[in-house]
Amino acid sequence: MWNTLSHMLQTGLLTEPLPAPQQTAPALKTLQKELLQILGRALCIRHVDAGSCNGCELEIQALNNPYYNLEGAGIKFVASPRHADLLLVTGPVSVNMEEALKRTYNAMPDPRFVVAVGDCGACGGVFGTSYASRGGVANIIPVNYIVMGCPPSPAAIISGILRTIRPADIGA
Amino acid sequence: MATNFMEFQAPRLPANIPTRRLRVDRVQWFQTAESFRKSNARFLTLWGADDRDRDGGFRIYAAYLIPNTVMVVEHFIEDSASPSYPGIAGFYPAALRMQRAVADLLGISTDEADTRGWLRHGGWPESLFPLRRDVDGSQQYPVESAPYPFVPVEGDGVHEIAVGPVHAGTIEPGHFRFTVVGEKVLRLEERLGYTHKGVAKLFENSSQQNGHRLAARVSGDSAVAFSWAYCAALESLTQTVCPARAIILRALALEQERLANHLGDLGALGNDAGFAFGLTQFSRLKEELLRANIVAFGARYLMDYVVPGGVAFDMTPDARRLLLDLYDAMEPSVSQMRSIYDEHAGLQDRFREAGRLEQATAEKLGAIGLVARASGIACDLRVDHPWAPYDLLAPKLVVQTGGDVAARVQVRFDEILESLRLCRLFLSEPPKDAIRTSVPVATSGVLGVGLVEGWRGPVMIALETGPSGGIRRCHAHDPSWQNWPLIEYAILGNIVPDFPLINKSFNLSYSGQDG
Ligand code: SF4
Repeated sequence: MWNTLSHMLQTGLLTEPLPAPQQTAPALKTLQKELLQILGRALCIRHVDAGSCNGCELEIQALNNPYYNLEGAGIKFVASPRHADLLLVTGPVSVNMEEALKRTYNAMPDPRFVVAVGDCGACGGVFGTSYASRGGVANIIPVNYIVMGCPPSPAAIISGILRTIRPADIGA
Repeated sequence: MATNFMEFQAPRLPANIPTRRLRVDRVQWFQTAESFRKSNARFLTLWGADDRDRDGGFRIYAAYLIPNTVMVVEHFIEDSASPSYPGIAGFYPAALRMQRAVADLLGISTDEADTRGWLRHGGWPESLFPLRRDVDGSQQYPVESAPYPFVPVEGDGVHEIAVGPVHAGTIEPGHFRFTVVGEKVLRLEERLGYTHKGVAKLFENSSQQNGHRLAARVSGDSAVAFSWAYCAALESLTQTVCPARAIILRALALEQERLANHLGDLGALGNDAGFAFGLTQFSRLKEELLRANIVAFGARYLMDYVVPGGVAFDMTPDARRLLLDLYDAMEPSVSQMRSIYDEHAGLQDRFREAGRLEQATAEKLGAIGLVARASGIACDLRVDHPWAPYDLLAPKLVVQTGGDVAARVQVRFDEILESLRLCRLFLSEPPKDAIRTSVPVATSGVLGVGLVEGWRGPVMIALETGPSGGIRRCHAHDPSWQNWPLIEYAILGNIVPDFPLINKSFNLSYSGQDG
């Protein structure tokens, strides 16, 4: 126990302010206020891998490391699409995942948002469209925002999530 | 064994580690598998090719690891109307799913009892074999229903739990069918293939100079291993000698990839056993490594770092110092975390005995890579079949005998320390020559092999060139193929709630096996 405590103390607090790589990304305070206005609570995210190479998953997992600490900003990952406001979809949509992706999307309550993550989610990336791949996520379900990159950095993914849920973008 | 097979001609194939090709007929195809099994050769991979356009038939290949050599066994199937070959799953159970995949993609069948599809889930017509040369792989088909008969288990109080393909967490998709009594797992049947993206077909439209980009994305967490294996195959085919600096930088990148994945897994394993502190600490260490990667290699994940002829980004003296500082900070943290894990009664209670894979079972089923090393099997290409620069370094082979989650945790800890030692060696006096040389176009119709011990185990690329700098066939093999079926055994007698922990301790690639 002492060992654990001392390791905690040595590590200290690492969480950085949420990155704002794009000018329109709101600051943390505004974000939490906006979340409350839109949803009245924390933003719940569900991730679906629709056929990725697993690179994008690694960067989504990083969102909860102490440097990004997304949960600390009132954004949490949930286990069921029925609890989710926002769906993060990675990968080109493989034909073998097409049905599962549609079902996950349909299980979400309104209002719902979809963010396609990575070059694959955007357009199929190196996998394109083929007998096995339907290409970008928007070919299968409506997409609100696309985060490019292979894989996109955690900062870019956060920025994409923030831009998606801003009220200005909802009306659009 | 050698005496049996010396009578066949086995000429060398271009490869980064000594590799030979053995051409056999139908009967010998079966006999070679039998003899290799008897002599404890490790089975590496199996793939097929449609050569009707050139030779009027199909080919089936299997690769085995024998001492000092990789043996690629090739059988030409003349009957192009209903092509078939004898299955070898009786000797090497891991071959079964690969054979089913070959049947899905090429329509070449075996005599095995299990004829269910593996990669085809109804996304293309059953009569269509996408890897055949007369099939246009870019065409799309509507999904048709294709029921998958799981093996039924009946009995008093027995029920089934179906999980996936979409899981509750940020992980890849796959389906698990548990048969349980109370909480105990009687049987597990996996169904994979959900992320099949048609990689093999895509390779055929890629140029030799560009194939590494696709290879790196077969399994993103092993991007360096796959792109290196691809480049090693291409460079062997063209007799290209990479600059010494590029070779060292590739190895450094490969060890960084091993470190990143091991750190991530150790955190996730702590978390799955209810110790969130472990996740916090290890994900911190991993993040620090990824940030150093940006400075040293130009990106957090090295999807396009290893390129034909070398690497794409040079390391500055500042980056070298940054990495050395990173290792100096990481090593004591990892050691401290190790003693915290070792002394934490709650963690050890979950780790010990969970998901045990006995050495005999692991041997029989053909375990490979990290999982094999945690079940007492000494195998690591960096040690048994070293290629440059590992041939000069004598990496330490890490073996644990427990076969349980605890052993797979210990292998990761040991390998982190060994990778840190290797990385420091690479950085002690990096050669000062170029980072890349040009790679000429390879002659058409030649087969080359690249093999690299990635963090999970041996990653293999078999590359057959096409005309004018094109690719005729490229087979990418991820070690997850071998190790997925082992989880079905490791889980037996454990309780369902321990599955995530056991699964994580293997941490296999879905994308890598689905292709
Ligand atoms: S965008 Fe890149 S990292 Fe993400 S799934 Fe596609 S290939 Fe993998």
